[in-house]
Amino acid sequence: MEGFWAVIFPVLRVWFTSLVVLIMLPAMFGISLGITETYMKILIKSLEWATHRIQRASRAEEILKHSASNGLIQRDDSSLEQEIEELRRSRPKSAERGDFTLSDVLYFTRKGIESIVEDDVTQRFTSEELVSWNLLTRTNNNFQYISLRLTVLWGVGVVVRYCILLPLRITLTAIGLSWLVIGTTMVGFLPNFRVKGWLSDLVHLMCYRICARGLSATIHYHNKQNRPKRGGICVANHTSPIDVVILANDGCYAMVGQVHGGLMGVLQRAMERSCPHIWFERAEMRDRHLVTQRLRDHANDKTKLPILIFPEGTCINNTSVMMFKKGSFEIGGTIYPVAIKYDPQFGDAFWNSSKYSMVSYLLRMMTSWAIVCNVWYLPPMAQKEGEDAVQFANRVKSTIAQQGGLVDLAWDGGLKRAKVKDSLKEQQQKKYSHMVVGDDSSD
Amino acid sequence: MGSRASSLLREEDIEEIKRETGFSHSQITRLYSRFHSLDKGENGALSREDFQRIPELAINPLGDRIINAFFPEGEDQVNFRGFMRTLAHFRPVEDNEKNKNLTSGEPLNSRANKLLFAFRLYDLDRDDKISRDELLQVLRMMVGVNISDEQLGSIADRTIQEADTNGDMCISFSEFTKVLEKVDVEQKMSIRFLH
Repeated sequence: MEGFWAVIFPVLRVWFTSLVVLIMLPAMFGISLGITETYMKILIKSLEWATHRIQRASRAEEILKHSASNGLIQRDDSSLEQEIEELRRSRPKSAERGDFTLSDVLYFTRKGIESIVEDDVTQRFTSEELVSWNLLTRTNNNFQYISLRLTVLWGVGVVVRYCILLPLRITLTAIGLSWLVIGTTMVGFLPNFRVKGWLSDLVHLMCYRICARGLSATIHYHNKQNRPKRGGICVANHTSPIDVVILANDGCYAMVGQVHGGLMGVLQRAMERSCPHIWFERAEMRDRHLVTQRLRDHANDKTKLPILIFPEGTCINNTSVMMFKKGSFEIGGTIYPVAIKYDPQFGDAFWNSSKYSMVSYLLRMMTSWAIVCNVWYLPPMAQKEGEDAVQFANRVKSTIAQQGGLVDLAWDGGLKRAKVKDSLKEQQQKKYSHMVVGDDSSD
Repeated sequence: MGSRASSLLREEDIEEIKRETGFSHSQITRLYSRFHSLDKGENGALSREDFQRIPELAINPLGDRIINAFFPEGEDQVNFRGFMRTLAHFRPVEDNEKNKNLTSGEPLNSRANKLLFAFRLYDLDRDDKISRDELLQVLRMMVGVNISDEQLGSIADRTIQEADTNGDMCISFSEFTKVLEKVDVEQKMSIRFLH
């Protein structure tokens, strides 16, 4: 046993010192030594080669090209009224406008079957399908054995990811989180001078930078001049808990969320000590008035950090933006929209909370190639005259969707777990009733 | 998530489904992925709740009837073969197929079979007649609470009167076909696959 430790100790020492010097210190001060860049270049080259190989091997190249569109069927955009008019045009008699025919069911039938084959909503709650394989088993979708060299490359990838990158990343994250707790607690002991705020920001930034390195995150920030300012509210589309790390790498935010137990609770309490965040007890969250009031108080205080909110309320798979809950838009104050788009080729950031627990999700993150994403800061927006919260929310949502190249959906992200509201079906029935009885329907 | 799905579907199964329904190989594998993603219980079969989870289907006024069409008499689960057999009704009719000699008689996506599918949406008790009650049921599903009983009743009476040729106050399948003879059923009851 003694001999074992005599060997392991120096190795561990070298490991740690190199870690600290090469990765941690530069990360803390925001400098880059170029190691990550080199890694990414090698990675991109290998993936390009792999893609080329797969395309060459599979003779049905057109299938790969078509999957790029990723849709299975073509759907009409025409309205209920248009479609039913068309169906009725071939009536044996020309009856009064607005009457029932047996062929009306065909419209609903086709719409129903189309939605069974492919619908806009359920596909947003599972990971996006890749156009070409990125050498991870988890995304291996219909790609069979191609060649020996490809398999060897995949094997090398497995070894690199699990034996080299994973321990590295776990160590970094552990250091980052412990530093967060220690640093914020230390800052918390200081009296309330201006320096305290500056130190608190520094500690937070350093820790998030270390954590970002712990995920091999490469983030490109665009339009930094629109970065959220104090007293404002930052809204972004939500894909995973990692979004917080991504955004906090470039600025300091006040977090909003539920009080958790365990490790999260420790982090939350530590962060609370150095600068004010907004944590709610579970019972308090149901009281919407209370929630809005606390957020408003925070936003009105111009010395406090901008609030970070994800109005979708749940994780979506980064191909679309779903309904923004109007609560965040009723607070008043300036809204700073931010669009986040991950590149799924290097690692899938979406957290499918019904399939993976937080721990297994983090492990999957740490055994991906890297997390690559683009963050766009959009110009600040404010509620217009005569615009209500819902319209304002939709306007912000469209801006974010457009910038990030995401599909703008009106559906509620809560449909991940909950049933759809009956009122939507009633809307459809009402529209159809107008077609049956003409304009004098009983309202 | 997709990765294991295609491996559960064997080549022989794909060939059989191809023969029975006429779908292409790639269409069958993609529809199998879809089937698998809807199958939350991962037991190789879909229940009515699995269909109800699709929001666009849940708000469709005829949603329940359409879901019913997938389940054979008295069953609560539909496997992939049954799923494909029902979807096959909505495959577009290709011109070269009209001349082919198919071993199993008429293809599932012929005009007559498409019309039969629509007919069965009305005819719940499968007695090959749409009675006034059955027609009223479907009408009520489609209009919700927006039309009164009397108005709906008179609409139903008028429809039966127009269609009924043999005076039994019900609509048989041939009478139904006659009413819809000018409707482009092949196009209206088909889904356009992208590949």
